[in-house]
Amino acid sequence: MTAPALETKALCKQFGALKVTNEVSLRLKAGGRQALIGPNGAGKSTLINLLTGVLAPSSGSILLEGAPINRLTTDQRVALGLGRTFQINALFPHLSPLESIMLAVARRNGRLGRPLQALHRETDTTDEAFALACSVGLGRDCLRPTAELAYGRQRLLEIALALAGRPRVLLLDEPAAGVPASESFELMQAIEALPRDVAILFIEHDMDLVFRFAETITVLVAGTVLCEGTPGEIAGDSEVRRVYLGVAGG
Amino acid sequence: MSDITLDLARIMVVNRARWTTIEVAFWIAAAAGYFLFPAKLVLLTQMLIGGLFAMSLDLLLGYGGIASFGHAAFFGLGAYAAGLLAAHGWGEPLSGVLFGGLAAGGLGLAFSSVIAKVRGAAVLMVTLCIGLLLFEAASRMPWLTGGDTGLQGIDMWPLLGLFEFDLFGRTAFWYAYAVAFLLYLAARRYIHSPEGLALKGIRENHDRVPMLGVSTARRKMIAFTISATIAGMAGALLAQTTQIVALETLSFERSVAALIMLTVGGLGTLIGGFIGAATFIWARDVLSALNPVYWMFWLGLILIALMLTARGGLVGALTLLTNYLARERHPR
Amino acid sequence: MLGFVNILLGGIAYGFVLFLMAGGLSITLGLMGFANMAHAALAMVGGYTAALLIGKAGWPFLAAVVMAGLTAALTGAILERTLFRRLYQASELEQVLLTIGVVYAAIAAATYLVGPEQMAIAVPAWLDGNLRIGPVDLNRYRLFLIVTGLVLLVSLVGLIEHTTFGAKIRAAVFNRRMTASCGIDVDKLYALAFALGSALAGIGGALSVKLLGLDPNFPIKFLTELLIVVSVGGLGSLRGTFLAAMLFGIIDVVGKYLLPEIGAFIIYATALALLTVRPQGLVGRPR
Repeated sequence: MTAPALETKALCKQFGALKVTNEVSLRLKAGGRQALIGPNGAGKSTLINLLTGVLAPSSGSILLEGAPINRLTTDQRVALGLGRTFQINALFPHLSPLESIMLAVARRNGRLGRPLQALHRETDTTDEAFALACSVGLGRDCLRPTAELAYGRQRLLEIALALAGRPRVLLLDEPAAGVPASESFELMQAIEALPRDVAILFIEHDMDLVFRFAETITVLVAGTVLCEGTPGEIAGDSEVRRVYLGVAGG
Repeated sequence: MSDITLDLARIMVVNRARWTTIEVAFWIAAAAGYFLFPAKLVLLTQMLIGGLFAMSLDLLLGYGGIASFGHAAFFGLGAYAAGLLAAHGWGEPLSGVLFGGLAAGGLGLAFSSVIAKVRGAAVLMVTLCIGLLLFEAASRMPWLTGGDTGLQGIDMWPLLGLFEFDLFGRTAFWYAYAVAFLLYLAARRYIHSPEGLALKGIRENHDRVPMLGVSTARRKMIAFTISATIAGMAGALLAQTTQIVALETLSFERSVAALIMLTVGGLGTLIGGFIGAATFIWARDVLSALNPVYWMFWLGLILIALMLTARGGLVGALTLLTNYLARERHPR
Repeated sequence: MLGFVNILLGGIAYGFVLFLMAGGLSITLGLMGFANMAHAALAMVGGYTAALLIGKAGWPFLAAVVMAGLTAALTGAILERTLFRRLYQASELEQVLLTIGVVYAAIAAATYLVGPEQMAIAVPAWLDGNLRIGPVDLNRYRLFLIVTGLVLLVSLVGLIEHTTFGAKIRAAVFNRRMTASCGIDVDKLYALAFALGSALAGIGGALSVKLLGLDPNFPIKFLTELLIVVSVGGLGSLRGTFLAAMLFGIIDVVGKYLLPEIGAFIIYATALALLTVRPQGLVGRPR
């Protein structure tokens, strides 16, 4: 039995008296496709921030492929194989998509730390970054400043940047949020095409995407895991229907 | 819209690191200055040194978005280190510059972890304190630094054992030119390296960078140390070419002057520091000759006008001009 | 021992002067988010106004100090209306450079108009000399500074934290557009806050002349001190500014008395150490 790709044990986060994350224990199996759903304010984004090290947990532990990562900084966790996209695009406005991806690729290939190394001489970095940009469909936009790109195209860059680190575990924070219908097709394609051995945990409000894509669904309510199961089980769960689907669906 | 091929992408990446017209023009003009203004060599040398100092700040501020309010600490430390070395019997210039850079870089490295930790206004305040601290220390140790009268008795050996430092400042000019140019090349390499790309990433979106697996703390420590080293070498050049080190090299006013030079020239362009320094030092020379009070007054007014109207500095304006000329020459 | 009481008194008095000058900076920098490097120049305006009114026009001391506050407030308001407000949305660096431009112009103007020499101020007899309380002789002027400082401190904290004016300022800082949509004239509010901060600086400047002297380089000499006080105290916190002002006032005066050979070194070292440990300031939450 191999260790889960990502696991949390009794993870808690308190802001003063407010328990935003309460005894959350998750298991994301290697190559799994797991959705994290829950009403607004359920603590989904807080959980992602705990997993990536933006926030420090009050108690509990986080394990990446069996190894505890609680005490590691964000960049160290990423180096170990954790990737993430942001709910609201968080990009580098004056850099081109190619340059942004090159930075992530150069880091993964251990090219940082040598200030006199010419970037443009390392054609392998350029080549790999370009291939990655093309693979998410950003080929034709990859040389323009990121700020000039349409919102949906910027979402693709979010995914490309996460993939550039060759993650073992990928956290997608509402990947389709704010994407107009005309662009969402491309985005779906990019997500569908993600490598099969990458475990994915994604937050999503679009239930079509959740039921089409997830193998397991975890429902988070008020910082606590309400239940967990296959899409079929979750859709049939009366409690879930009451607190969540009943409100969102219709 | 035509598709972008891998070859085009590669060419664009290489183009990013190509020399611009403005850069080439500056270094040619600086060399030409030697022949055009033989009576002003001391001033021209000061421009190169001031430019090198402003450029060191540009690496931090223009590329990394890390503002320093006390960068003169490193400039002055480099100046005193090189000056003391020469005053105590080792007048070899090149090792003196290295020594100055090493001293300033060492101090920069020591403080870099603090700089990497704090954000926003606190960066300005920490650097301000470092600057004030060094100034105060130097002024309280006259037995070492000469205090208010400055460090004297700096005796330079001939450059490479061949060229005496002459009274007209000919050797000094070419010496400063060569060192500044070499460090300019090094700084160019730095900003066009993966490390430099990471620095730009920090400027563009500080909090996003760690999620690419890149440690911002390390990047900032490297940038701060490199910048401090170059500032120290600039200070060492000043000590060696003027053969005196004044307390003023460590002053808040000098830190502010570097910020002004950089803004006048254009942030995040590298050559902007040199162009800004040349403009600043030339204007100070002309206006102070009339009356030192005038200079301050005009400097104030120019700064206000600049902040209210033009952003992007002289390099920004020159880039617009060269782009315009290029389009005129190759009409589409 | 008795000498030491007066030294300590001097430190506290200096702390109050620092607080008066830095208090306005704390409001503009911390609350309004405007990095005004020209704040000490406004203190200089107050200093010169008082010194000239007393020395040349024979005004009584207190009237001259009040006039110094008003002149500085007017100067501050004019600067805010004509220059500073254009850069409220600009980067910190641009604000710094604009206001440093004002500093340089002010230094040049003061040198041209008044001259580069040190300015002295004459205080009335009731503020001169010592006051005997029991066995101790206390310096009257220092006591006066402390009392005035306390009165102004209490009124200022009350104004910012317990009046609608203060609440409006804090609301406008938190969300300018939302506050404006509540029918509050944010522009006028900012100008008023600016004038208030400038008035404090002017009064502080006027009161400081006897302690610190006054020459055209004052704006740049004290700019760094004020910045340190405000940032060590914690941006936007008047209590923090007060704490830091007291701390540095006392450390400076006592330190220079006990260890004259190291001078201001001890202050800067303390500030650097404090900023390293608590970058958000003494009073202030981590951001």
